[in-house]
Amino acid sequence: MSFETHKFNSHIAVPENLVYAKTPLMNDKPLSYCPGCGHGTIHRLIMETVEELDILEDTIGIAPVGCSVLAYEFMGTDVQQAAHGRACALATGISRLYPDKYVFTYQGDGDLAAIGTAETIHACNRGENIVIIFVNNGIYGMTGGQMAPTTLPGMKTSTSPFGREQKDAGYPLKMTELVAHLPGTYYVTRQSVHTPVNVRKAKKAIKKAFELTRHKKGVSFVELVSNCNSGWKMTPVDANKWMEENMFPFYPLGDIKVPSK
Amino acid sequence: MKGNEALAEAAILAGCDGYFGYPITPQSEIMEYLMAEQPMHRTGMVVLQAESEIASINMVYGGAGAGKRVMTSSSSPGISLMQEGISYLAGAELPCVIVNVVRGGPGLGTIQPAQSDYFQSVKGGGHGDYKMITLAPFSVQEMADFVALGFDLAFKYRIPVMILSDGAIGQMMEKVVLPVQRPRWTEQEIREMSPWATVGRTKDRHNNIITSLNLKSDVQEEHNRQLQAKYKTIIENEVRYEESYCEDAEVILIAYGTSARICQKAVDIARHQGIKLGLLRPISLFPFPEAALIKYAEKVKGFLSVEMSAGQMVEDIRLVVEGKTKVAHYGRMGGIVPTTDEIIENVKNLIN
Repeated sequence: MSFETHKFNSHIAVPENLVYAKTPLMNDKPLSYCPGCGHGTIHRLIMETVEELDILEDTIGIAPVGCSVLAYEFMGTDVQQAAHGRACALATGISRLYPDKYVFTYQGDGDLAAIGTAETIHACNRGENIVIIFVNNGIYGMTGGQMAPTTLPGMKTSTSPFGREQKDAGYPLKMTELVAHLPGTYYVTRQSVHTPVNVRKAKKAIKKAFELTRHKKGVSFVELVSNCNSGWKMTPVDANKWMEENMFPFYPLGDIKVPSK
Repeated sequence: MKGNEALAEAAILAGCDGYFGYPITPQSEIMEYLMAEQPMHRTGMVVLQAESEIASINMVYGGAGAGKRVMTSSSSPGISLMQEGISYLAGAELPCVIVNVVRGGPGLGTIQPAQSDYFQSVKGGGHGDYKMITLAPFSVQEMADFVALGFDLAFKYRIPVMILSDGAIGQMMEKVVLPVQRPRWTEQEIREMSPWATVGRTKDRHNNIITSLNLKSDVQEEHNRQLQAKYKTIIENEVRYEESYCEDAEVILIAYGTSARICQKAVDIARHQGIKLGLLRPISLFPFPEAALIKYAEKVKGFLSVEMSAGQMVEDIRLVVEGKTKVAHYGRMGGIVPTTDEIIENVKNLIN
């Protein structure tokens, strides 16, 4: 945003009053996400982290298949786009060959917890020195709102139009709790970005995850419970309220595994 | 050395940065040799046993996208699992070496040698319009030689290279002259040689992106055109084959890999019997030695394609020859190799 074009605020919007600016590592392109979606905020938090830690020359991201397939269009780091579910295998290959680099995956729940379950579990179990960013909105957003492994019981989607029935579709998969049990994970946490306070907490968690890879003691796993107002067929405000009332009781926020000091 | 072991040692010597694999007969000696040899202490090469062939090929994708010399190996059912990853590698134009020590199929099939993955290797195998350079070793020596050659071609054209071997070549023991050690590339060398690689963005450039996704049809079509243009350049420059006794031959055998070894013997025996038999051995299956086949098509009474399959390469021979001469096929399947007697009998049938 240029200061000159906003004459109305021009006496306030002067550099000395600047309290927030978009990180230059977010490419200057309109996001392809729906208004109200959490992806844009999460992208920004990762890019801010890379900027603040000054690790751009040593950071490689992996984009998934899903809504964030085009993450590389918006993130200013080097990025590889993976086949559906295979991000952790790509990250393993890169991290093993460049052990001093910061390698992160960015994956949705379909990518990480359905088609990529094996790659995720085994990367965590080998204790790969990578950061896994797991965005869980309980639905397949890009393909039009189908049931995901993380879809809540009773939740209506285009492939569970009468609500998810456990006798047919099984139970929602808590991947984050699952990987926390594995000795190969070092830091496991669950956050959200639906309020300014939560954004700050999520930023802290993401930054910590990147910093902890310097210890080379295993996977840093950050789940971000997010909304999908388009897929859930709600307004952004209603979606956030629904998320608080339904998603958080099932996917409680907070640290699950923290390295001992 | 065993063929599989020679290939593994040659990988270390070729300056390979990483091997990612999953055990399967008849090629498990490749990873076993590498694990025992501990190349991390020799050259710094990484060897990792993955949880599946799907993971292996995607670890290769990650390493290749970051500019490293990486490879994997497997046998037929495992290579089928890798097809998704190979299609993505081809789409994203990433260099790597993939070894298929072929066994009989379909399905779990047999652990004995076969050549029934020809179509899968030279026609794409995964989805979309793509090709891999496919090299077919017929000796332990070529198992060793084709690793470095494979990496050279892979990086020259930014393309996956398949070494299409078979259970017999992988398991047999022969003398081999190993190549000299090549150094592994430093990160600085990778940044200079492969400026497209995702090694970490420096301030002087935009972010590098490795992807095979093009949401706009016209962009995807242009990408496909560029791939096809690259394949045409490869066809013009990288055909490899070997011929013996073809100049005066009445019939020419066309065979690669283990079949070519048997055909060599069949040619010797036939010549003693007064039959003018020759052998044309394609070394690169893609690109296919079309010009050589066309040259001989008008001179001979026929070609006999000898394959350990129901007849796959024979289709490509017929496409090239376009009816100018007879093209027959003789093959065995299920892990059974053809004998010289069977081949010569088929040659006699072709002449009469």
